Amino acid sequence: MEIGLIALAIILASLLGWLLKQSFNTTPWIADVAPEADHQAPFNARPKLVALTTFLAVATSFFALILSAYSLRMDFGDWIPLTEPTLLWFNTAVLVLASVAFQWTRNVALNDRVSQMKLGLMASGVLTAAFLIGQMTAWQQLNASGQFLTSNPSNSFFFLLTGTHAIHILGGMYVWGRATLKAYSGGAASAVKHSVELCTIYWHFLLLVWLIFFGLMLST
Amino acid sequence: MGYVAIADRDHEQEHHDPQTFITKYVWSQDHKVIAIQYGCTAIFVGVIALILSAMMRLQLGFPDSFSFINPENYYQFITMHGMIMVIYLLTALFLGGFGNYLIPLMIGSRDMVFPYLNMLSFWVYLLSVLILLASFFVPGGSTGAGWTLYPPQAISQGTPGVDWGILLMLASLGVFIVAFTMGGLNYVTTVLQARCRGMTLMRMPLSVWGIFIATILGLLAFPALLVSAIMMLLDKTVATSFFMPAISTMGVDSGHTGGSPILFQHLFWFFGHPEVYIVALPAFGIVSDLLSTHARKNIFGYRMMVWAIIAIGGLSFIVWAHHMYVSGMNPYFGFFFATTTLIIAVPTAIKVYNWVLTLWEGNIHLRVPMLFAIGFIFTFIHGGLTGLFLGNVTIDLPLSDTYFVVAHFHMVMGVSPILVVFGAIYHWWPKITGKMYNETLGKWHFWMTFLGTYSIYLPMHYLGFAGVPRRYFAMGNTDFLPESAQDLNAFITMAALFVAVSQLLFFANVIWSLTKGPKADGNPWDATSLEWQTPDNPPKHGNWGHDLPECHRWAYDYSVPGYKDDFIPQNVPADIAPAGREHGGEH
Repeated sequence: MEIGLIALAIILASLLGWLLKQSFNTTPWIADVAPEADHQAPFNARPKLVALTTFLAVATSFFALILSAYSLRMDFGDWIPLTEPTLLWFNTAVLVLASVAFQWTRNVALNDRVSQMKLGLMASGVLTAAFLIGQMTAWQQLNASGQFLTSNPSNSFFFLLTGTHAIHILGGMYVWGRATLKAYSGGAASAVKHSVELCTIYWHFLLLVWLIFFGLMLST
Repeated sequence: MGYVAIADRDHEQEHHDPQTFITKYVWSQDHKVIAIQYGCTAIFVGVIALILSAMMRLQLGFPDSFSFINPENYYQFITMHGMIMVIYLLTALFLGGFGNYLIPLMIGSRDMVFPYLNMLSFWVYLLSVLILLASFFVPGGSTGAGWTLYPPQAISQGTPGVDWGILLMLASLGVFIVAFTMGGLNYVTTVLQARCRGMTLMRMPLSVWGIFIATILGLLAFPALLVSAIMMLLDKTVATSFFMPAISTMGVDSGHTGGSPILFQHLFWFFGHPEVYIVALPAFGIVSDLLSTHARKNIFGYRMMVWAIIAIGGLSFIVWAHHMYVSGMNPYFGFFFATTTLIIAVPTAIKVYNWVLTLWEGNIHLRVPMLFAIGFIFTFIHGGLTGLFLGNVTIDLPLSDTYFVVAHFHMVMGVSPILVVFGAIYHWWPKITGKMYNETLGKWHFWMTFLGTYSIYLPMHYLGFAGVPRRYFAMGNTDFLPESAQDLNAFITMAALFVAVSQLLFFANVIWSLTKGPKADGNPWDATSLEWQTPDNPPKHGNWGHDLPECHRWAYDYSVPGYKDDFIPQNVPADIAPAGREHGGEH
């Protein structure tokens, strides 16, 4: 459970630091005549960004706990390390590219270059879809070589890790789809821009999760 | 000023203004309606769980006297009773119900930040409840694995509901977690982003603090339950071996290889222990506000109370294995978890002392909500003290599988939060419905519930010391138990039935109030927090009429010296009423 605890400690420590800043040296029992300016909300009113950050904490907890289970289960005698398909290297590269594409899209979106933003959105989506197809192909390759979900706990974890990761990507693709539709149908540029920003953060997060998963699977 | 724009975003509010009956009461995006939907659903399943507990008590008090209770459905009753009470009643009611109702009103916002997501959260919660209730009707019935769902027995042949019941239970939990996450993201974001002008974090009422921190705990802890539910579903449906060890039944191999049941226990309790505080922290917060309001005195040590809530929340993540002492562990781990468990007593005791000190020299009004709040202090101290016994490995080992544990956790996380739930319902009832309740009926309800539950759980501690094992359908030939143990069991059953029937008084009061209750004043308790300062009672859609409130002080300016009233609402600036006290309001 160490991995779960470490992830949790990091989340709680950052929350604690922020709360300390908010509450240190305050005198709640003293009333005022007009609220001071520094009583403003801390995140400059970006509720979707706050919600996404909170969701990333939830997802971090989720993935860290799966990794905890992985490392606990690994110590049992019946664990036979899985030989990961080489295709995963290619998939990883594609996901890195998707993340880079999103970052580029975000940058052009912030500079209001709408046509480039549309192009970037399309490229990010296609790369991500390619990653998902690549993952499915890897599953099929494993099945074809007789490595099924139940063959060994390491297989079960491989399918569990890649499956839950893919589901999270699909959730992101839903937001990406809505933003892309809006961009191509000439929707409000600011809304699309905001979605692109949020997607970019989410994609970077999922890339990081994937790199940790992949690294762990390769090393065990 | 961007944030005022968010809290006041009238243009965005318009598109979810309810137009028809359906959008106003069914597919509603108003946090107050969603809160009531959550509350009614939770209380409905809670009543089912109450009936299940009465059935168990009938068997325990009068063994083998009732043909409709057999060992199989006894275990199904236990499982469903526990799971419904902890998750589908208490978690949903405190966070989905009170969280939804109180957060926007107390922090001076028009609604939750994401009203559509909020609506979705309720309907997904309702779906999870329906899936759970459906398991009563599938072949084999609901699961009888115990509320902890420990493998291997949860998914092994011989356990009731092993075919369908367990699948529906796991599916329902998964759906519930999705609903909770949607709600939880909303509560956290709303507290962080939609507070009205002047409402600093350290001016928020403790109810909001309790709900806020409990939501964060829930968001971080429920994934552990989700992970274990997914892995157990796979073990059950496609025979993976995450948790299932190699088992051979009647010469037939189950197909599993060396999985680890202990792994499940770690994951389950990594969720399970914070869950105690997901239920307790909102209760702590709400009870602080009830005590302060009805004692006409500021809460003692507000900042300490806030930090105690945060400390308890943080510590609750590093004590989980105290539920697993009997599963066996490295003695150093046992020592570690016993130590962290006992450390939690420190912030918890701070809270208890501060509640009592809030009452000290207060102008106590023994109205119904106050009775429930004071009742909570009693039951919580009792439950908390027995927790100190069980936190120690050496004392836990002999007591763990006895009724002592049942008495402990019912006292601390059954009766105590339920008393707060009732106190809170009575307290905010005039705001929610615009009607007053019947004070006499309410007082009868309190005394019957309070004395009744004490009659159930105090004797249960003795049963535990005598060694009466928990989870048993019948005691059988257990010579070490004196015959009087059975007499005590019969008494407990009578008390339990008495408490169950007493709850009809609550429902009678609800009906009386809605049909004949006098119209309530907008602020019947002369309370300070913002929800009592709304222009309409009950508050209309958007809560605040044209202008959002401005917050100028904390929520605990009661009996401030030199002011004509014994309360100063949070939206009264310092040039109209005194600016407060000099020394932290702790005098």
